[in-house]
Amino acid sequence: MTLRGRAILWQVLAAILVVVGFAWAGHNAIDALARRNIDVDFRFLLNPAGFDIPFRVADWHSSDSYARALWVAGLNTVLAAVLAVLLASVLGLGLALMRLSVNPLASGVARGLVELIRNTPQLLQVVFWYFAVLQVLPGPRASVSVADAVFLNVRGLFLPAPLSDLFGWCLGAGIVLGLLLPRMLPRLPLLLTGILPPLAGLAAGIMAAGWEFPVMRGFNFAGGWRLPPELLALVAGIGIYTAAFVSENVRASIAGVGPGQREAARSLGLSPGRTMRLVVLPQALRTLLPPLTSQYLNIIKSTTLGAAIAYPEILQIFARTVLNQSGRAVEVMSLVLGVFLAINLTVSAAMNRWDRKLARQGR
Amino acid sequence: MQRIAAVLAVAAGLMAGGSAWAQSIPVPGPTVDGIRKRGQLACGVDTGIPGFAFQDSSGTWKGFDVAYCQAIAAAVLGDPAKVRYVPTTTPARFTILQSGEIDVLIRDSTMTFTRSAQLHLDQVAINFYAGQGFLVSKKLGVSKVEELNGATICTLTGATLELNIADFARAHGTRIGTLLFEKSDEAIAAMEAGRCDGYTDDTGSLAAVRSTLKVPADWAVLEGVISKEPLGIHARSGDVTWRNILYWVDSALKTAEEQGITKANADSKRSSDDPTVRRLLGVEGGFGALLGLDNDWSLRAIKAVGNYGELYDEFFGPKALDLARGQNRLWSQGGLQYTLPFR
Repeated sequence: MTLRGRAILWQVLAAILVVVGFAWAGHNAIDALARRNIDVDFRFLLNPAGFDIPFRVADWHSSDSYARALWVAGLNTVLAAVLAVLLASVLGLGLALMRLSVNPLASGVARGLVELIRNTPQLLQVVFWYFAVLQVLPGPRASVSVADAVFLNVRGLFLPAPLSDLFGWCLGAGIVLGLLLPRMLPRLPLLLTGILPPLAGLAAGIMAAGWEFPVMRGFNFAGGWRLPPELLALVAGIGIYTAAFVSENVRASIAGVGPGQREAARSLGLSPGRTMRLVVLPQALRTLLPPLTSQYLNIIKSTTLGAAIAYPEILQIFARTVLNQSGRAVEVMSLVLGVFLAINLTVSAAMNRWDRKLARQGR
Repeated sequence: MQRIAAVLAVAAGLMAGGSAWAQSIPVPGPTVDGIRKRGQLACGVDTGIPGFAFQDSSGTWKGFDVAYCQAIAAAVLGDPAKVRYVPTTTPARFTILQSGEIDVLIRDSTMTFTRSAQLHLDQVAINFYAGQGFLVSKKLGVSKVEELNGATICTLTGATLELNIADFARAHGTRIGTLLFEKSDEAIAAMEAGRCDGYTDDTGSLAAVRSTLKVPADWAVLEGVISKEPLGIHARSGDVTWRNILYWVDSALKTAEEQGITKANADSKRSSDDPTVRRLLGVEGGFGALLGLDNDWSLRAIKAVGNYGELYDEFFGPKALDLARGQNRLWSQGGLQYTLPFR
């Protein structure tokens, strides 16, 4: 038998072993559950849920099914994760650059912040932000208002909402143009091709759509968009915490770019800012991506801390409310695990693709 | 200590005597067998809630549900101290019971259709009639639940509470927003910070919560409840003897109150002429044997924790949480507590 043939044989044997192992474990689990009178049945997902989801991006009515609740809560999880990823990335980069600055005040402050943030428990920080935010904000009747259109109080941030879909279409078209134009017209300045179209789309959307303003009604404001303090606190808590780790990753990646690169850039006459932006950061990104991926995956998992501060994400709505109402612990927990696995594997795959693309470009 | 030793000795003697004519009596079910082999009752209780189950400063479990565990242990094992308390969280409680880790779940848990039919649980007896009520800020100027339209209410996740609010809102065409927390501490802190207009829970817990607020006078418990919350004893289906024992221990505590039998006078009541009292205390009738126990099972349970009224007074009475007894009075006094007769 050739070497190659033997290798394939071993691979096939290993694969069979893995499959048999999983089948045995699955059968064992079902058998053990059956002996305890617990049956596994996912049909309960079609039953009406009956509860309210206080904050959501997608439409929700309390007579919708449990399956729909999974989708609505899942979107809430994704929303919090996306916002926290953005905050952690921007803040992490900022902290890292401050830390590397020659200004002792900037680097000292950055160092102090990083040490303070990454050495205290994350749950504590989330709860701290929540109650810090709640303590500072005024009651509904004493709201902070901007031009009688935007209101901020202890119940949340109230924004005017567009009455028609025109707003979304205009903004979407602007963003798409902003992404495409720089590639099609690389000679024109980025300001004109990449940044102007989204702004123009936003302006057109604002003009085209009618607006619904939040109005004080009963105990609270009604109408318009509302961002609850739970979301703000959760994003702040997770984003700031992760930013401390991201900043250390960024710092390490920047330090890993050979000093010759920097010296060469300087000797060509590039300013320190352009050296960083055009020479150092693009090279640092390559070594930054793998640890950054881990941080992003951690953020997605950390959104479950929202359950502690009443943010209706997937753990709270599904693993608590739905589990309790249906009593289907095994099914619900495996669904929640499956959803997180799916989200994280998707993100992981996308980041790995980006990583491979950067690696292909070579040094 | 001496008393416990005496009870033990009596119990041991009786058990030894009992086994001599064991052939003629029903065999105790597998649950009781397991408890006897272990020498301990595994009792699922709440993780900590004033009134029902909590640990005092020395770590000893106390509370209304805890006393039920003790009464059952006294009846089955002859010693109220032979209990292993298993604190169970709201989402995990029924799974822990199904998996056999505990023998019985007494954890301020509401009995419902799905829990009975879908989870295969025996809902043995109701030990506390509660309803879902509201604690709201007096500043709202609201006195009835129906006036809460548009309000936001903080509550706990993983219970029937949010479903009740949604049902109520749907039935009355009102909108009540909910904010769900994992722990009551955080829900109450958010409410005090003004994030929501009130807090909702079973009436038993609301009184406890109000007593812990910074300024209790600023808050009021609204009149009326929006749901029925019959809290009681859950067991796994299938063991009829065990179900009977649980039912009749609860029944014994309530019948003892009906008959004026207390922790203190239980021994002396044994010489009573009243046939109901004599049957209840095991002087005649041989009822214990029919459950696979000895005849002093009920006497020990009553002596361990007191009758139902004494229990209520100890944990919810004026000196404790000060919760009016209401529906939990005996049927003969205008309440709902009505058990099957001892005969």
